[in-house]
Amino acid sequence: MPDLRELYQDVILEHSKAPRNYRELGAANRKAEGFNPLCGDRYIVYLDLDGDAVRDIAFQGSGCAISKASASLMTQSVKGKTRSQIEELFDDFHKIVTGETTIEDSASEVSKLSVFAGVSAYPVRVKCATLAWHTLRAALAGKGEPVSTE
Amino acid sequence: MTLAAKHQVADVTTAQTRSATYDLQKIRADFPILHQRVNDRPLVYLDNAATTQKPRLVIDAITRYYESGNANIHRGVHYLSQHATQEYEACRETVRWFLNAADASEIVFVRGATEGINLVAQTLGRTRVQSGDEVLITAMEHHSNIVPWQILCGEKGATLRVAPINDAGELILDEFVRLLGPRTKIVAVPHVSNALGTINPLHRIVELAHRHNAAIVVDGAQSVPHLSVDVRGLDCDFYVFSGHKVYGPTGIGVLYGKAALLDAMPPYQGGGDMIRSVTFEKTTYNKTPYKFEAGTPDISGVIALGAAINYVNELGLDRIEIHEQDLLRYATESLSAIPGVRLIGTAKEKTSVLSFVMDGIHPHDIGTILDEEGIAIRTGHHCAQPLMDRFGVPATARASFGLYNTREEVNTLVKGIERVREVLA
Repeated sequence: MPDLRELYQDVILEHSKAPRNYRELGAANRKAEGFNPLCGDRYIVYLDLDGDAVRDIAFQGSGCAISKASASLMTQSVKGKTRSQIEELFDDFHKIVTGETTIEDSASEVSKLSVFAGVSAYPVRVKCATLAWHTLRAALAGKGEPVSTE
Repeated sequence: MTLAAKHQVADVTTAQTRSATYDLQKIRADFPILHQRVNDRPLVYLDNAATTQKPRLVIDAITRYYESGNANIHRGVHYLSQHATQEYEACRETVRWFLNAADASEIVFVRGATEGINLVAQTLGRTRVQSGDEVLITAMEHHSNIVPWQILCGEKGATLRVAPINDAGELILDEFVRLLGPRTKIVAVPHVSNALGTINPLHRIVELAHRHNAAIVVDGAQSVPHLSVDVRGLDCDFYVFSGHKVYGPTGIGVLYGKAALLDAMPPYQGGGDMIRSVTFEKTTYNKTPYKFEAGTPDISGVIALGAAINYVNELGLDRIEIHEQDLLRYATESLSAIPGVRLIGTAKEKTSVLSFVMDGIHPHDIGTILDEEGIAIRTGHHCAQPLMDRFGVPATARASFGLYNTREEVNTLVKGIERVREVLA
């Protein structure tokens, strides 16, 4: 049986209770909405994009501990990064939450995100962990439509 | 005598009366699925409002049909076809009796409550609702009693009106009355709310709708497993329910409609079995209810639904109700005593549904942690997003009790919720 503590690690709980960059971003020039119709989780990701790089990022919304902590940690890890760096980071993150990679073979960039490795034991929760990331990618792509996990 | 001691005596007395009339251990033995372990704990199944588990005799009815009775109905001269037809039609009579309908022809087999509502919207709705007309529903609807009417109103240029509810989750009748008018052509309400458990005052609602010459459609998906329903006593025009919520299989359900209304309605789907004669120029339709049953139906589903209704009937809905109301009272007391737990839906008249939220903890996380304890509950918006908005919550956790649940399972739920607080504190 998977250990709940592996899923709800202290870092995750702490970020879910006190999410970082949790605000509306006045200077945002990109914005996207993400929605998980199955559980009702809903987030807005605001981006201040400077050319190809994320100058600033913030988010707002509601959802479970996993989705909120993931959004919070995501905003910290992508600030200052370019689109291609973010895509790479997302690929690694996705492999972590689906259990395709372990922390050992992850680059140091993603090591902070490895707190989400416990999610891989709970396949239905992968959507929670990736919701904010999908929303960020929609904001980067400049799509007006809200993204959905379904 | 201390309060606690008094309470104990009262508990023993109720337990004795209960066991004399309602043998829970024997009942639980009828349900094979209940005797398994989930995540290394005994399964505690508290998601009965989503779907109920099936007693052995329902499962056996499906196996028996396919092993020895399978044939198409209403068309063969051979033995198996005649036998299957007889069994199928006998179940129609079982359902007629169960709902106290006047005639078996008023019972239409559909895929579930959702299809029943869509059928009425697309037949009676399309002929009766015109531009400028109104359809009245309530704020506690399941999406299945919103969207079909929204589609109809969109097509016809009609308006969908929504009667509000109070903070306890009860329909505000005065507001409901105010929304009824000469434009109201259809009133569609749930008998019981799926997310809150609220039992609506159906007699009064039907009477009010009829006073305004509106047809009344009742979503009975959440009432039929818990209350005995008398469609003639209620005088409702249509009543729908799903087999799988009343211990029958998925994919089969019932639409009850008054004969005069069904006879006047156009068909829903075209195909085999719903016709009397077909030429390329013209088709004449079969009589009610066959007019609404195009194509080969879910024959084994109907037969198994008949078995489920007989099972429920043998236990007695009156005794089931007493048992479930006891569980509801016990669970309401127990959960209310946990700090940080807030119940959503506190109507005076309720079925055994407990929706709740916890301070600072999202229902999805509650669901995952309870699952680790072997406890199955529903978390999310319960296909009632407007209702969640009404209560200002994105989602709730919902424990719903069926005829086989026990007080011990309520205790396990309470321990599970305490574990949620531990893990996420």
